[in-house]
Amino acid sequence: MAEKSAVIRMFHVHKRYGAKQALVDATLDIAKNEFLFISGPSGAGKSTLLRLLYLAEPVSEGQILVDGMNLSRIPRRRIPMLRRKFGIIFQDYKLIPTRTVYENVALVLEVRGNKRSLIEKKVKSVLRVVGMEDRMTAYPPSLSGGEQQRVAVARAVAGDPKIILADEPTGSLDDESAATIFELLNMFYNRGATVVVATHDKTLIENATGRVLQIRQGRLETPPDI
Amino acid sequence: MIFYTRRAIKDILENRFLNVVTIITIALSVLIVSAFGLFFLNAQDMFNAWKKGVRIMVYLAPETSETQRLDTRYRLQSIAGIQSIRFISKEDALELMKARMQRQTSLLDNLRENPLPDAFEVTLVTESNSPEKIEFLAQRIEGLPSVSEVEYGQQWIDRFANFFNLFKLVGYGMGAMFFMATVFIAANTIRLVLYSRREEIHIMRLVGATDNFIKIPFYLEGLLQGLSGGLIGLGMLFSAFSAIGSQFEQTLSAEMVAIRFFSTGTCVAILGGGMVTGLLGCFFSLKQFVKE
Repeated sequence: MAEKSAVIRMFHVHKRYGAKQALVDATLDIAKNEFLFISGPSGAGKSTLLRLLYLAEPVSEGQILVDGMNLSRIPRRRIPMLRRKFGIIFQDYKLIPTRTVYENVALVLEVRGNKRSLIEKKVKSVLRVVGMEDRMTAYPPSLSGGEQQRVAVARAVAGDPKIILADEPTGSLDDESAATIFELLNMFYNRGATVVVATHDKTLIENATGRVLQIRQGRLETPPDI
Repeated sequence: MIFYTRRAIKDILENRFLNVVTIITIALSVLIVSAFGLFFLNAQDMFNAWKKGVRIMVYLAPETSETQRLDTRYRLQSIAGIQSIRFISKEDALELMKARMQRQTSLLDNLRENPLPDAFEVTLVTESNSPEKIEFLAQRIEGLPSVSEVEYGQQWIDRFANFFNLFKLVGYGMGAMFFMATVFIAANTIRLVLYSRREEIHIMRLVGATDNFIKIPFYLEGLLQGLSGGLIGLGMLFSAFSAIGSQFEQTLSAEMVAIRFFSTGTCVAILGGGMVTGLLGCFFSLKQFVKE
């Protein structure tokens, strides 16, 4: 892959938790506007790989470049800037239960210091796209799993991120809700985002186009780049 | 800043109980410490007023002639540290005593002769108020001719002043302890709020919130708690002061004693102290907590 088209580059990355090797010698390039699946059984290292990308944890060895930023050299105060490049979707949604749907999505724009008028316009727009515009004043506990994940998707894309990371986004959902979420991810991919989905859902992968990377016991098993 | 203030107010309203506890604690601390301060302020005023009127009574020997009296007055006037001299004749002294002992004038009326001596009431300058200087002056005056006795009642005021200074030191110590206790309680309240919101803070970090974005609303909360507590504490103190003042108005004016509340500047400083207390509480909690 031409270096300039890679938005994420990993070089011989290892991650250890004590004696346990969670990721072993991972080398990987992810292109701009690529849809990549990272597939494998539970405990294979899918989530670990994603967590390293947004510096939820540091690598034990190796280097990661995200949009030109070397994660090993990034000072602590710049980590929020790194994370704003991502829109992250979690299996457990990670919505703030004491804030409304609107406020949960608006948070992404508030941390960037956007003006109130812009935030309102943007939040309403993304909630419309995910089909949650009429539930703006609802609180997450009153929503179904599928609805919560749609709100989580809205939050992930509200800041127009370059890269969308989805860690088992359909893991807690029924088939219909899972299909809706996948459609949304596809939509944002078609709008130019790079999408990385960690999943063990084979149905999801089989019905989609996009590169698939297998991971087993911390090791990437398929060729790392296109 | 408006955004952060709005956020802080929202957070206070969402954690009402914890915030009310902190505000009440700060209010009580401000009340107690300020009450001490107000007492010291007014007691100091009273001492200063008493000290201004330091007087030495110089009693003349019986059978002192007019010439000897004038000579003694002249000698007194030449002593440094004396502001004014007033001659009280034995007759004037008796009249004064009769005026003070209105119900026992019959006792005085039955006296065959006036037992009271002629005297000079000597007022000292403010700089000569110290016990040592008064003692020195008294000894000097005692050595003058025609002087039979020198009397000054300031010893008890100075002993009381020493006790008062000791009491003031204890007050400072207690004030410091109250301050630390209040900071500790405010810190623990914030820590509880932070703990209850740790998941929320974690999510905020994941979407790219900076440390300041997370911390500033908490600092503002601390300031608002401190300001609220300070206002309530001062308000309670002022109410108590007004009530006591009106209750004892007659007594105080009869004794020519005026009590006063803190000046505006002092009130602002006390409110500032309350805000610093709230802020420090946040600082100690946030320093430890908001780290990944």
